[in-house]
Amino acid sequence: MSHGSALPAQRLDWLPLALIPAIALAALPFIPSLPTWVTLTVAGLAMGMMIFMMAAGLTLVFGLMDIMNFAHGVFISVGAYAGTSVLLAMKPSMQADSLAANLSAIVPAVLAAMALAGFLGWFFERVVIRPVYGDHLKQILVTMGGLIVVEQLIHVVWGPDIIPLPRPATITGSFIVGDAAIERYRVLAVLVGLAVFAAMWLILNRTRLGLLIRAGVENREMVESLGYRIRSLFVGVFIAGSALAGLGGVMWALYQESVNAQIGMQMMVVLFIVLIIGGLGSVGGCFVGALLVGLMANYTGYLAPKLALGSNILLMVLVLLWRPRGLFPVGRA
Amino acid sequence: MLTTLLSGDLPRSRVLAVVLLAILAGLVLAPFVFPGTRSLNVAAKVAVFVLLVASYDLLLGYTGIVSFAHTMFFGIGGYGVGIAMAKLGAGWVSLALGIALALSLSAALALAIGLLSLRVRAIFFAMITLAVASFFQILASQLSGFTGGEDGITYKLPDLLLPGTKLVEMPLLGVELNGRLASYYLVVLAALACFLALLRVVNSPFGRVLLSIRENEFRSEALGYRTVTYRTAANCIGALGATLAGVLYAIWLRYTGPDTTLSFNIMIDILLMVVIGGMGTMYGAAVGATIFVVAQNYLQDLMALASAAAKGVPLLPGLLHPDRWLLWLGVLFIVCVYYFPTGIVGKLRAK
Repeated sequence: MSHGSALPAQRLDWLPLALIPAIALAALPFIPSLPTWVTLTVAGLAMGMMIFMMAAGLTLVFGLMDIMNFAHGVFISVGAYAGTSVLLAMKPSMQADSLAANLSAIVPAVLAAMALAGFLGWFFERVVIRPVYGDHLKQILVTMGGLIVVEQLIHVVWGPDIIPLPRPATITGSFIVGDAAIERYRVLAVLVGLAVFAAMWLILNRTRLGLLIRAGVENREMVESLGYRIRSLFVGVFIAGSALAGLGGVMWALYQESVNAQIGMQMMVVLFIVLIIGGLGSVGGCFVGALLVGLMANYTGYLAPKLALGSNILLMVLVLLWRPRGLFPVGRA
Repeated sequence: MLTTLLSGDLPRSRVLAVVLLAILAGLVLAPFVFPGTRSLNVAAKVAVFVLLVASYDLLLGYTGIVSFAHTMFFGIGGYGVGIAMAKLGAGWVSLALGIALALSLSAALALAIGLLSLRVRAIFFAMITLAVASFFQILASQLSGFTGGEDGITYKLPDLLLPGTKLVEMPLLGVELNGRLASYYLVVLAALACFLALLRVVNSPFGRVLLSIRENEFRSEALGYRTVTYRTAANCIGALGATLAGVLYAIWLRYTGPDTTLSFNIMIDILLMVVIGGMGTMYGAAVGATIFVVAQNYLQDLMALASAAAKGVPLLPGLLHPDRWLLWLGVLFIVCVYYFPTGIVGKLRAK
């Protein structure tokens, strides 16, 4: 970043970041034992990371092209189904108790999920969304239509029933730290999530491509007038976002140990809450929002199971009262 | 007289007029022309959904806001009747009380949601309503002491509306005049009255302002209209319409549960009906709802035949499976949004 020094560095807005430990600490007195709290916190972080993977593409696409894709959820379901098919086809190496054998099933599954979701994303952008740029009403309608059609096609291809999906042998079970049991899979999810976030952060902040994307989010017309093709940039972001949603879908399927065609739609509600909390278009906000929602869901799921989703809506309302445009508001209103 | 009844909004197309008359005649004569439980159920559902979809069209087609909370208000109506009947006894007073409570709850919620989120852009409102509606759905399934949870509630109605009640001993044209018939006509006439009221709303000066907001919000605001107030009012009227539709459906089914009222699938159905019938015309709601409900009930039979005929061809039987009828309507929906944004009614009127 040789010319980066010419600009004053953006001040880090740390207040929203402090919300994450604040919520975790606030929950501590209510939970009877420390080990339970540790377990719940790890579970919350893992859930948050997976939600972040699913939501990241949605928020970037919105920031860049002002498009709200209500069908983003189907990328999650398609990824989950594709990954599940591969994993189930390679059952022997899934059940083997060696990491290498497990990986030989997981890696192709993840690749298949990301490839199929990414391809679907490309197709979707091309066929469904491109004709309705700039018209929010039609976007919502058309992407809802796409959601219906793809969800029905999933039924045609994979059947209407829930498919059970056992986790590979080496990532089942838990670590025991002190008295707290921490599921291995959740640790893995946190690690993958951190890796994705780090990669995204590096690309967005340390590469020319990222610079263009951020500039595009800030002011599309200006970037265009400087001669960059924001359209092709956008298609790339759309595909990458869909692929990430596919990755999130596989991870979520392994987390739930089953897939059904509704997961996409069910997750959409959570994703919207995360996006609104974080600020539409903001990747950092999306990350913080996802972690907040994940933690909140796990704490309330333990303390008052009936309020789990309600707590997230409450969180959203509180955040909006504090910052009406989300934790990290982005350029355009 | 007719012009006053339709608030000056005549069909303006001969074909459309014939179609609308056919729908009306079909609904009014259904018990006599198509006897049988199934067809009467279909007819009642058509009547209820015409009102539900028309009230949604007030939001989507006339005001240009996308709400996903319409089934929530539909559900409030249904549960209002259901809970009142189950807890307070099957009398007219408790029925009226249930309806009044449901209407006030809907109005208050619509006002709150509107004031909170209609200031910002359409997308924000769509997202917020989706979240609130799914919260409400969970609430209904969790508060099982009140709502019967996933199973829903079954209840009795005032005697006049029960099938066991005979109004007249002599059957008319071979049809028994019982309470079922009375509740059918109650549903149809109430839905018709509400539909005409909505038609009145959209053709009033208030409706014109809504249209102008849809077309150019900035300009309407510059002309001195408080767009937030108008949108919120439209949101409340739409919510009340949906609540009344829920009330009527609950009266007809004598059952209220998440699948018949709150489910997200119904929200999708409503969207399909509005868009296929034609956004921005109340008649579109009537046509769309009729086509959709009839297709829902009879297309599946056709598809079962086609699916059996396509046996042996790969993938085709799966695509034509009766449970996949929504797939084809979804495709039709997308095609409509692209090529016929004004739907069937818009096409008919353009000629």
